[in-house]
Amino acid sequence: MKSIRNHLSLVVALLSILFSIQVFFIVERSIDAYKVNLSTNYSVIAVSQKKLSNKSILNINKLIKDVNELSPDAVIKRLNKNMKSKNRELLKLALPHFYKLSLSYFPSPQEVKNLRRSLLKTNGITKVEDFSRNHDATYKLLLLFKSVVLVFAIVVFIVTILLIFKELKIWQYKHNERMSIMGLFGAALWLRSAVLFRLAIVDALIATVIAFGVFTYAASSTWLIEQFENIGIDILIFNPLSDTFILLGVAMLISILLATLIVLGHKEEV
Amino acid sequence: MDKVIIAKDLSLSYSSDETIINEANFDINSGSFVFITGASGSGKSTLLKSLYGALKPKQGSLVVGGVELSGVRKSKLNFLRRHIGIVFQDYKLVKEWNIVKNIMLPLLINGYVKSVAENQVDKLLKHVRLNHQAEKFPLELSGGEQQRAAMARALAHNPIMILADEPTGNLDDYSANLIWKLLEGANEQLKTTVIVVTHNIPQNLNVDYRHFHIEYGSIHEVD
Repeated sequence: MKSIRNHLSLVVALLSILFSIQVFFIVERSIDAYKVNLSTNYSVIAVSQKKLSNKSILNINKLIKDVNELSPDAVIKRLNKNMKSKNRELLKLALPHFYKLSLSYFPSPQEVKNLRRSLLKTNGITKVEDFSRNHDATYKLLLLFKSVVLVFAIVVFIVTILLIFKELKIWQYKHNERMSIMGLFGAALWLRSAVLFRLAIVDALIATVIAFGVFTYAASSTWLIEQFENIGIDILIFNPLSDTFILLGVAMLISILLATLIVLGHKEEV
Repeated sequence: MDKVIIAKDLSLSYSSDETIINEANFDINSGSFVFITGASGSGKSTLLKSLYGALKPKQGSLVVGGVELSGVRKSKLNFLRRHIGIVFQDYKLVKEWNIVKNIMLPLLINGYVKSVAENQVDKLLKHVRLNHQAEKFPLELSGGEQQRAAMARALAHNPIMILADEPTGNLDDYSANLIWKLLEGANEQLKTTVIVVTHNIPQNLNVDYRHFHIEYGSIHEVD
């Protein structure tokens, strides 16, 4: 019972940090997936006085993934249904060329501006419609969501670190006497601190195993998968290899740092 | 005979304005049995602390086991401490460890193989009559039993020197006699240097000993 209590406080603190990190990963992945979705629905229209090849347009900016020339027929039809076919052909010749540019990902407002500038520099292109008002609103919403989650994760992180520092003081008190006695019999620093580091490493492992279990379960939860499907997002909620590696690394780093601080703060009793 | 302790103009203090031991000069041969007496607060325990490097000399020189303790490096101090057995007035047993583990501490620090250490602890537990209490924790034992365990720990690694700070203070006669017998035995059979800080020198001791008395910060030998 005492042994469980020894581990519990640090394991719980580490778990809350690991949870906030993994939740942040999930949100980031969701936003990236959502950006890809948005990019398929978002396009830029370029108007050119002369016909441009698809290749030359693709070379203007790396952001451009695909080019489709829009047929002027639909526009002309709408202009005047009673127009003679000869006049219609003449009008068709006089009309500029419209190109719909699909983008490889959902760009930032600055990238949209750069794209617009590079398109307008191209010989023949006279007008670019980037629907920037719609684009900016969506992009800002995404950024806001990401920032809120980041702030939340940072707050959890700070509160937990404060809790860990409180735990550090308790550990310092608990281990100081034993470390001093060992020191009086000539134990080297590494030997005096071995128990502490072993405890820290075991706690980091326990926290990572629990986090692994919870997120593996969450990743296979049909309810959670359905929620993501409802908003049209298909992401990997938990990567058992890379995510576990990161979580283990963070847990180890924090707990070893904690143990090191205790060792450095140790004052020998005489 | 080798000198295991050499103090030259040794001054000890905890603060800059008060000197506890003032310019003491003495030396102790290897294998000696030494008593240090003095009134409460005279500096007996302070002197003992300086011998295991817990208090560095304010002035002068103090050489213990060939190691100069003024400005000694931590690694060298650790090396010296591995060859000393210390018995404290307040026992200083690790509360979270059972008696076996407490006694085994200096053996493990000195790199003994676990099986050898266990055999040594078994023998010591019989010597200090604690074999029936081996698995107990310090706070489950009486003061006398805790001090016997501390004594076993001090003897475990066959140190070159045992430093004991009032080892029988507040102990029952049985435990006190046992402690003195163990100290005598270590001195006679293993030629271990024994330095004991005490208020009262026992009358029934069967060893030749030297007696230093501390008064008003100065140390003098009593014939």
